[in-house]
Amino acid sequence: MNKTILKTDHLKAFYVLDVHGTQKVVKAVNDVNLDIQENEVYGIAGESGCGKTTLLKALVAAIEPPLRLMDGKILYQVNGKEIDVASLDQEAKRKLRWEYISYVPQGSMSVLNPVTKLKETYRDFIGSHVSGKSKDEAFEIAKEHLLDLGLPLKILDAYPHQLSGGMRQRVTIALATLLKPRIIIGDEPTTALDVVVQRGVVQLLKDIQGKLQNTIILVTHDMGVQANVADRVGIMYAGKIVEEAPTETIYGNPAHPYTQYLIDSLPKFGDKSTRKSVPGSPPDLGNLPSGCPFHPRCPHVMEICKQEMPGYTKLEPNHRVACWLVGEGERLS
Amino acid sequence: MKILKDLFKDYRFVVSFGILCFLLTLALLTFFSPYDPALWGEVPRDMPPSSEFLLGTNSKGQDVFWLSCFAVRNSLTVALIAGILSRVIAVTVGMVAGYKGGLTDRVLMFISDSLLVIPLFLIIVMLAMLVREMMNLLTLGLLLACFGWAWDARVIRSQILSLREREFTQTAILSGTGTLKLVLKEYMPFATPLVFSTLINNMAWSIGMEMTLAILGLTNLDIPTLGTMIQWAVSYQAMLLGYWWWILTPVILSVFLFVALYWLSVSISEYLDPRTRVQRVGA
Amino acid sequence: MEKLLEIDQLTKVFSFGSILSKIKLTAVDNISFDIKPAEIFALAGESGCGKSTTARMIMGFESPTSGQIIHSGTEVAKNEKVWFTQGIQAIFQDPFGTFNPLRTVDRYFFETVKNYKLAKNKTDAIKLIDAKLKAVGLSYEEFAGKYPSEFSGGQLQRISVARSLLTDPKLLIADEPVSMVDASLRMSIVNLFKELKENFGVSVLYITHDLATAYYVSDRIAIMFRGDIVEMGPVEQVLMEPKHPYTQLLRESIPEADPEKRWNYKIDLSELEYEEYMRKGCKFAGRCPQVMEICKAEMPQDTQVGKAFVKCHLYSESQKSQNEVI
Ligand SMILES: Nc1ncnc2c1ncn2[C@@H]1O[C@H](COP(=O)(O)OP(=O)(O)OP(=O)(O)O)[C@@H](O)[C@H]1O
Ligand SMILES: Nc1ncnc2c1ncn2[C@@H]1O[C@H](COP(=O)(O)OP(=O)(O)OP(=O)(O)O)[C@@H](O)[C@H]1O
Ligand code: SF4
Ligand SMILES: [Mg+2]
Ligand SMILES: [Mg+2]
Repeated sequence: MNKTILKTDHLKAFYVLDVHGTQKVVKAVNDVNLDIQENEVYGIAGESGCGKTTLLKALVAAIEPPLRLMDGKILYQVNGKEIDVASLDQEAKRKLRWEYISYVPQGSMSVLNPVTKLKETYRDFIGSHVSGKSKDEAFEIAKEHLLDLGLPLKILDAYPHQLSGGMRQRVTIALATLLKPRIIIGDEPTTALDVVVQRGVVQLLKDIQGKLQNTIILVTHDMGVQANVADRVGIMYAGKIVEEAPTETIYGNPAHPYTQYLIDSLPKFGDKSTRKSVPGSPPDLGNLPSGCPFHPRCPHVMEICKQEMPGYTKLEPNHRVACWLVGEGERLS
Repeated sequence: MKILKDLFKDYRFVVSFGILCFLLTLALLTFFSPYDPALWGEVPRDMPPSSEFLLGTNSKGQDVFWLSCFAVRNSLTVALIAGILSRVIAVTVGMVAGYKGGLTDRVLMFISDSLLVIPLFLIIVMLAMLVREMMNLLTLGLLLACFGWAWDARVIRSQILSLREREFTQTAILSGTGTLKLVLKEYMPFATPLVFSTLINNMAWSIGMEMTLAILGLTNLDIPTLGTMIQWAVSYQAMLLGYWWWILTPVILSVFLFVALYWLSVSISEYLDPRTRVQRVGA
Repeated sequence: MEKLLEIDQLTKVFSFGSILSKIKLTAVDNISFDIKPAEIFALAGESGCGKSTTARMIMGFESPTSGQIIHSGTEVAKNEKVWFTQGIQAIFQDPFGTFNPLRTVDRYFFETVKNYKLAKNKTDAIKLIDAKLKAVGLSYEEFAGKYPSEFSGGQLQRISVARSLLTDPKLLIADEPVSMVDASLRMSIVNLFKELKENFGVSVLYITHDLATAYYVSDRIAIMFRGDIVEMGPVEQVLMEPKHPYTQLLRESIPEADPEKRWNYKIDLSELEYEEYMRKGCKFAGRCPQVMEICKAEMPQDTQVGKAFVKCHLYSESQKSQNEVI
């Protein structure tokens, strides 16, 4: 039986900005309910700028101004106890962040310190996170881990700028999975990689997941990767999860018009016919359209769409959609 | 203005800012001084603090209050000359070395490394002895400026080296931006926090150095500074004779000045730290 | 047909490491290709195979160890600012690194307009900027006065494309421009390349890992592996009937957007990157399922197969004849 490991309850995280004296609110995460199980790979896909990274930041409790947690709860199941992240102090958050969850941030290849050798970065990381082990011992673990990932040990002697983007990304992933966390959260972890290496990294993430029986939350644009690893996929649009279903359903039988566009825009080999992207432009999260945020771009728009945000309709026990076309919807908690 | 508002949230900044304002007021008061600080015997000698002589008078027949106003002004002047000039040198050397690289870099870094390894204090003392004849506020400031830049130039250089590898450098180049503008507009914002916080540190260092040189008798003792005031008080054995107001005034002022500069530097550098700043922009 | 850009036996060797163990790495090894006017030329391949290095050399940010770069028939001078003289612009891989985090992004636009003298006054400049932003689905109001941290990765990437379009370039060097944007936006950016090509005759050097969009948008493609171009030709042939074993591996590793077709076997990951670079013969020999003795000893030559060139002993004349002799 699956157990919930991470839950969010009407989560709202907004960027509150002060633009020339007037307050501007960017609703990047707007009423998100997630229920993520142990031992599953949960994929999140969606348009650039729809708030995926922000959602992950909220999940790992890395909420810093201008981002603010407006409402809702983030609940972790840690060793049988339910923990509300908002109630933790800085130190406890930091501990949780590295020992329980590990987060590979987006664009993490530019987070490596450019003026020190990777060796130093590893040493610092191990020094600040592993206690009770001598430095040499810990360093051995790191080396083994690198070899596991198929990374040459020689990179330890290189500076980040001497490595290709792909190599840098793999180094960061290696760093983040070093402590065998229960939840691995990856924000576009394979985007900078070539398909062969990407496959290797996906293979590795799957291996780690299989061994540790832990949870992976994977944000990626690459619908191919998503199809390959995710058990369930949530489609995000304008700060909301608009559709969530097992992977097969999302690809085979998408119900939300945005998801349908997304799946249709994927290019296929052997077919050079023009593929359209979603019409119109992405919504400004600081100035959302009324009702369903997709309505200005939706081909099926109805009067009610412009007025009211649809609730979730359950098409199947684990397939929920927020769209008036599909049903009246009800608030799920 | 917004910057000030943010800074005023930090008590250390408020306190140090207050102290500095007070000291600046003292310095400005010198323009209304009834006495010439260079002259002796203008007032009765060795008077304790009273309503007429706020902080008493010294054995040279000078009013300690007005004298210390001059001392604060002159010490700050030396510190500013040394601080600003050495920042200019540090930024120029660091940026040129970092951006040009190659031979230029090696030569400049050789110079700054040499400055870092030689025993600075001895060199300064020797040079001060050499130029003793023409020692005034400006030469003292220049002398100190020549020795206070090496470390910061190195830091700026390494900063530039890493910025040069970032993609926005290429974006700027493709936007047609020339080298000078590139360095000033793209890289300077990363160096400013460092320049500001080290400016203040360097001023503190210069004031300390000035005091040391003065106490060793290597500066022009006719110019009142915090250092020379202490030097005179010590040589007249003010403490022994119980003229505590004469020696304590410059000592307490110096302590105030150091504390103020230290807190100012800490609070400003925290504010300007590029990492916290990136998060704050737009906030 | 006349060639817009010709790369002739271009090589780049990096050396690094400590004084004691100096490592020499031939990041780009004697490659040649050309780009015609109004052509989208894709460059794909392994991470770290030298694609970005090639792009940097074309832009003059890195000087070649040997070989020539010829723009419209004339070889570029050393230190020539090709973005001014040859109408070349570029967009980069990491949208978060493209703009200085401490400056607002609109500065780059105004600086470009000013430095290239594209507008007479500020209103004209804003009009021009707005037009280019509209072309990528943004608007001036949405972007003015904002810092890079206020945009998402995809937004930044579109802003970066808009900036490069300001100068009406002849050749756009796009180093993994879509790796950070979503599937739909990917299409809109590559469709933008198509439009630029068809309507304005702009050529694009499209460096990417996304072979599906490369197939969709480009005319020709070159597959690089460890500094060599191992296969080059029309996309139709190279991607639909890959000849080189590496291209075949690449093609098989593309994740299908179909959960029914998951990978069901594992692949060998590369051996040490450096060691592959150091190989004497074919650099793929360590991983190639069809490896032969000669592969380890001798560097294969370009062989024409159909409309494409393949660098592999399986197809080389000498190999074929040798096989016959034996
Ligand atoms: N620090 C910030 N200040 C203000 N607005 C921000 C900030 N960071 C992000 N935003 C805005 O919040 C929205 C969501 O951004 P986020 O980075 O979460 O998107 P994303 O889904 O991860 O996009 P991508 O796929 O392109 O990475 C965007 O519209 C962005 O402009
Ligand atoms: N300045 C440098 N010094 C030393 N080696 C370098 C330098 N720049 C690149 N390299 C090496 O050259 C090789 C090619 O790098 P390059 O960045 O061109 O790869 P790439 O094909 O663009 O990779 P990716 O797809 O990951 O972006 C890599 O092995 C890299 O480590
Ligand atoms: S709710 Fe209406 S506007 Fe929104 S996606 Fe459904 S049909 Fe379209
Ligand atoms: Mg993101
Ligand atoms: Mg690259």
